Amino acid sequence: MTTLTRARTGPFAADYAALKAAAWLTPARERAWERLQEAASPSERRGNERWKYTDVRPLTSVPYRLAHAGALPGLAEVKKIAPWDDAWTTLTFVDGHFAPALSTEPTGRVAAGRLATATASVQSLLEARLAKVQAIDEEYFTLLNTAFLSDGAYVHVPDNAVEERAVHLLFIASPATSPRVAHPRTLVIAGKNSQSKFVESYVSLADSDQHFSNAVTEFFLDDGAQVEHYRILAENEKSHHIGNTRVHHMANSRFNSISFAIGPAIGRNDHHALIDGPGAETNLSGLYMTTNGQHMDNNISVNHEKPHGTSRQYYKGILAGKSRAVFSGIVVVKPGADKTFADQKDLNLLLSPGAEVDTKPSLEIFADDVKCFHGATAGHVDLDTLYYMRSRGIGLEAATQMLIRGFAAEVVERIKLPALARYVEGVTEKMLPEFRLEVPK
Amino acid sequence: MPLLEVKDIHARVVNADKSILQGLSLSINPGEVHAIMGPNGSGKSTLANVLAGRPDYELTSGEIRLAGEDISALLPEERAVRGLFLAFQYPAEIPGVRPWQFLKASVDAIAEYRGEKKLGVREFTKVFEQAVKEVAINPELSKRSLNEGFSGGEKKRNEMLQMKILQPRLCVMDETDSGLDIDALKTVAAIVNGMRSPERSFLIVTHYQRILEHVTPDFVHILVGGRIVKSGNSQLARELEKTGYERFIKVAAGA
Repeated sequence: MTTLTRARTGPFAADYAALKAAAWLTPARERAWERLQEAASPSERRGNERWKYTDVRPLTSVPYRLAHAGALPGLAEVKKIAPWDDAWTTLTFVDGHFAPALSTEPTGRVAAGRLATATASVQSLLEARLAKVQAIDEEYFTLLNTAFLSDGAYVHVPDNAVEERAVHLLFIASPATSPRVAHPRTLVIAGKNSQSKFVESYVSLADSDQHFSNAVTEFFLDDGAQVEHYRILAENEKSHHIGNTRVHHMANSRFNSISFAIGPAIGRNDHHALIDGPGAETNLSGLYMTTNGQHMDNNISVNHEKPHGTSRQYYKGILAGKSRAVFSGIVVVKPGADKTFADQKDLNLLLSPGAEVDTKPSLEIFADDVKCFHGATAGHVDLDTLYYMRSRGIGLEAATQMLIRGFAAEVVERIKLPALARYVEGVTEKMLPEFRLEVPK
Repeated sequence: MPLLEVKDIHARVVNADKSILQGLSLSINPGEVHAIMGPNGSGKSTLANVLAGRPDYELTSGEIRLAGEDISALLPEERAVRGLFLAFQYPAEIPGVRPWQFLKASVDAIAEYRGEKKLGVREFTKVFEQAVKEVAINPELSKRSLNEGFSGGEKKRNEMLQMKILQPRLCVMDETDSGLDIDALKTVAAIVNGMRSPERSFLIVTHYQRILEHVTPDFVHILVGGRIVKSGNSQLARELEKTGYERFIKVAAGA
């Protein structure tokens, strides 16, 4: 293997040195900054398997500076751009800074709050997990996030707690005059046999400024914990987003996740699940929609280290214009992880000859007696289908939109939170006119 | 005035060298049922699709008039809202789109063209459910994606459901009878017979005489080599059943 070029950290050094963070976070920060100096550059093009289909140079070449706390938007404005339900417990961060006026007090049995102000007893609970969930300290962007860890959200669901009320982790980028970066951070500890729901959303207030969200979300699911998770990436079309989600599964835990990604110029949905206890289940699905010159990369991996695990990956992409998408899904079944069931699917609908998808589901199996399946498709809109629809009086544009809605429905219909489903449908409808059919001549 | 007037059309697959329809003329008055019969490759399906405006066919000469209006250059959706309906031989499967939703969009498009008020959801649901009963479609199917996982027969019934709800002026049926069991065939025939009216016309494109035992056509045309080589009444279909297409193919070749 080629030795990769080391990443440049220079542009961030001044912000790193100036950042004031809670004392208990300092050791993790310093360790991450140190390791960052040794980390491989994500923008290296040669031999860089991890970033083979995504050139992050347009991102790394921007002089992103840490965003400072500024004026807060009003709640009415936030409700226009983000999913919202008064029944949810919402923790809002604007440019990485906690916004109490846009947040609600947690009720019920779930403890949620800011990392920066966590009490000593919460700290000791969190310290055991923070930046510990698999592979978090090896990669450039996750290390960068930890190096800038000064605040973030934590949620602790106690053992046996069943919480119907969803926790919403809302990260807003406010209008910027110069390129700004925020490093959203979330840690969720789901106790034994607990049940909880999460919405994690990333939105922009302005539609044409440039910002970079470098997010890390860690989930630790103790034995029998069940988590329902939604990830909404709806930042503006000039923004950059690297989202890292790490899920650590103990025995018989279950994580159901739906990701909905639209928006950024370059977006990465990096999701890694570790099956670290027998009988655990992880169901990951997602819908990504790209147009114009957007680039969306889904890098999904599941490591089965213990037997009787189940993992499903079901992703769908809708691509228009000259946009590009990537799906690289990998399932690793380690020796001893017998009786594993794994299924991977990535289906893509291409609306133009200029749109392109690299889809690469893959399996690495080192155990016996496993059931693993994978498949991928990428197809242009079927002209016979369009003709059929048009022969019923439905015009070309309406027919195309109906096909897009139909294609998306399979994922969208899985959303169980009504307010979130309405939001996703609304955003999709608003975008449809930009998803035009271009037939090759 | 004829409802459909086809005048000496030549049509081919876009940019192909050879024409499939070679000087075909046909006139259908309101209220008439016409059958087009012919051997494989004679241009039957091409005719049906050229009438509906399928984009991969082009008309190189001649014209098509619907109720006096030249529709030769119109898009498929423009022909559909004017009351031309094609029951497909191979209807498309549309993932994620329910039959109800699809038909509602269709009915709405037609209402919009006519400048009429769109049917409300409740009103349309009534119409839809009534038609589902009459066409004897398994109601479970109408909850699934359109045509997805439907059997051949179910797809054809679904075409009849659409024809019934859309109430077109001209119904072009492209081999609706092929692949149907006798019960389904009778249902199709009953729907056609039930929809016959002094204003509405049918063009039944078929390979076999079978369906014509249940739907009596006013005229039967034999299509060979992209042209109508013989026209007659329903008796012609019966003769054809006995003698086959052979002699007409010879006639066409000799001509």
